[in-house]
Amino acid sequence: MAVARPGLPAATTAGETAGGIPPSAWITALVLVIMPALASDFFLVQVFGWALVLGTIALSLQFLAGYGGMVSLVQMTVAGFAGYMVAILGTSGLTQISLGWPFWLAVPVAILLAVLFGTLSGALAVRTAGIYTIMITLAIAAAFFYFTRQNETVFGGFLGFNGVRAPVFWGIDWRSPVPFYYLCLGWAAIAWGLVVWVVRAPFGLALQGIRDNPRRMAALGFDVTAHRIAAYAFAAFLAAPAGILLTWMNGQIAPGTVGIGPVIDILVIAVVGGLGRPIGPFIGALLYVLLRIFALDALVALGLSGQRFQLLIGLGFLVTVLFSPDGILGLWERARHRWSAPLNRGGR
Amino acid sequence: MARAIAERLSATGTVNALELRGVTKRFGALLALDDVTLSVRPGERRAILGSNGAGKTTLLNCITGDFPASSGTIRFFGEDVTRFPAHERIRRGLRRTYQISLLFGGLSVLDNVYLACLGVSRGRFSLLRPRRDDALVESARALVHAVHLDEVAEKKVAELAHGQQRQLEVALALAGAPRFLLFDEPAAGLSPAERADLVAILQGLPAHMGYVIIEHDMDVALRVVESVTLMHEGRIFKEGTPEEIEADPEVQELYLGHGRG
Repeated sequence: MAVARPGLPAATTAGETAGGIPPSAWITALVLVIMPALASDFFLVQVFGWALVLGTIALSLQFLAGYGGMVSLVQMTVAGFAGYMVAILGTSGLTQISLGWPFWLAVPVAILLAVLFGTLSGALAVRTAGIYTIMITLAIAAAFFYFTRQNETVFGGFLGFNGVRAPVFWGIDWRSPVPFYYLCLGWAAIAWGLVVWVVRAPFGLALQGIRDNPRRMAALGFDVTAHRIAAYAFAAFLAAPAGILLTWMNGQIAPGTVGIGPVIDILVIAVVGGLGRPIGPFIGALLYVLLRIFALDALVALGLSGQRFQLLIGLGFLVTVLFSPDGILGLWERARHRWSAPLNRGGR
Repeated sequence: MARAIAERLSATGTVNALELRGVTKRFGALLALDDVTLSVRPGERRAILGSNGAGKTTLLNCITGDFPASSGTIRFFGEDVTRFPAHERIRRGLRRTYQISLLFGGLSVLDNVYLACLGVSRGRFSLLRPRRDDALVESARALVHAVHLDEVAEKKVAELAHGQQRQLEVALALAGAPRFLLFDEPAAGLSPAERADLVAILQGLPAHMGYVIIEHDMDVALRVVESVTLMHEGRIFKEGTPEEIEADPEVQELYLGHGRG
């Protein structure tokens, strides 16, 4: 699979370009912050909240694939694992399993365990390359899915956990639309910022060196395997809180959340959005969520079965891969280049 | 300090920078290296000559750990590194260049050298961005200067001329505190002027830095070394000073007679 390769950012000139945030980024940030004043509760949570959460999980894949050259299909599973841990350690409708820990203990431990899970998956996957990385991470994802379905005693079996509630503290119900939207936005922004920061730090720079030329990096003294595993750990740290948010959003976690379908959807989101830059997965996620919600109505109106939204998503993926391997982001950048170039030449 | 280390090493009878015993490398049925035994003193500069397919680059790859040797032992300053991964050998002061430049084309010259400096320092996993006056950035700048690439320091490596890329290869090998270097045809594809520049860089290396150089160009090879090892079909065929090797009739027939250089 051709992975769009972003250029390596300059390490030694980091200080010079850091201040250059384009105005479009400020506008996007402003719109996102004042969104609760603009959008209905449904849009706030079911569209933007969901898109931000899926975008963050896809971002963890974008980090591994775009900067590390490792297409990992285990990211949705890591997120789902964190969701399961919050349900098991915290409170849920399944009182005979859930330990009832307070959220301030359950959430950090769940994230820690999910990072451990992601790191171990990475340790298995990093000795492979290309299609084999995809296969081994898919195998881990599939194994976890079937395991949760069959394990009644810890993972609640086929039905999973319902009644997994977001905490209530400082007098705020964090699952009510506006606070929950800000939770999703907050973590998405932190995760995005972390990726942008890390790819310019020595760790991220070395990771990109390993992506481009692992043999040379070893000959420069880098432990290629350890570096790749550390990248999986970092990616898991991004995905785990998003998985917990997803669980709170749905109020439940079940094998369906970590099934092969959702696992592939994360890859589709990241690729359609664009693997070149950290903003790509969020664009892909918004498109995916809009399709999931509104394609159904459109299809029913046309007299087709609502189940056909998968067909639309699949077609969208095919078209993207065929015509713009670097995703919507690449399409946008090429269009902008084409439109701005003649203007610049004209000396406007 | 250096003398103390040398004395300690001589006390154990392992003074050699490189000590290869019976190193063999097979690729399936092909015997690329056949029972190679070789020792190089610290600070010694040695050329490895031989026709294509003689096993010169394979030997370098076994020494650095790019591929593991099939059998035999490799000692680096007395330490058995035969089973070490490449990065562990590099961190002990071994360095190499590649015959075909393995550089980071999308990065600037300075960033390439920065990565090389980072690889043999602490903070490889650092999440903090380097400052402009960072010690590693400073040492990267010094190295860029040492290989005469100041003018193109900020340029992307992919935009560099071939000769400049070869010079950058040398710079990457000099990062950190190398104790011993392996050069794999550093003069390949260089113009006469660039060759002279390369010879000056090699001759200008501190005296304690020994190296092994694979080089087809006799004008380069024999001017920068004090000893020569000749390889043929995966075996060591002859060893001697440059003068002895040049005068050897067998050598002239086998190697120099092919009109290389």
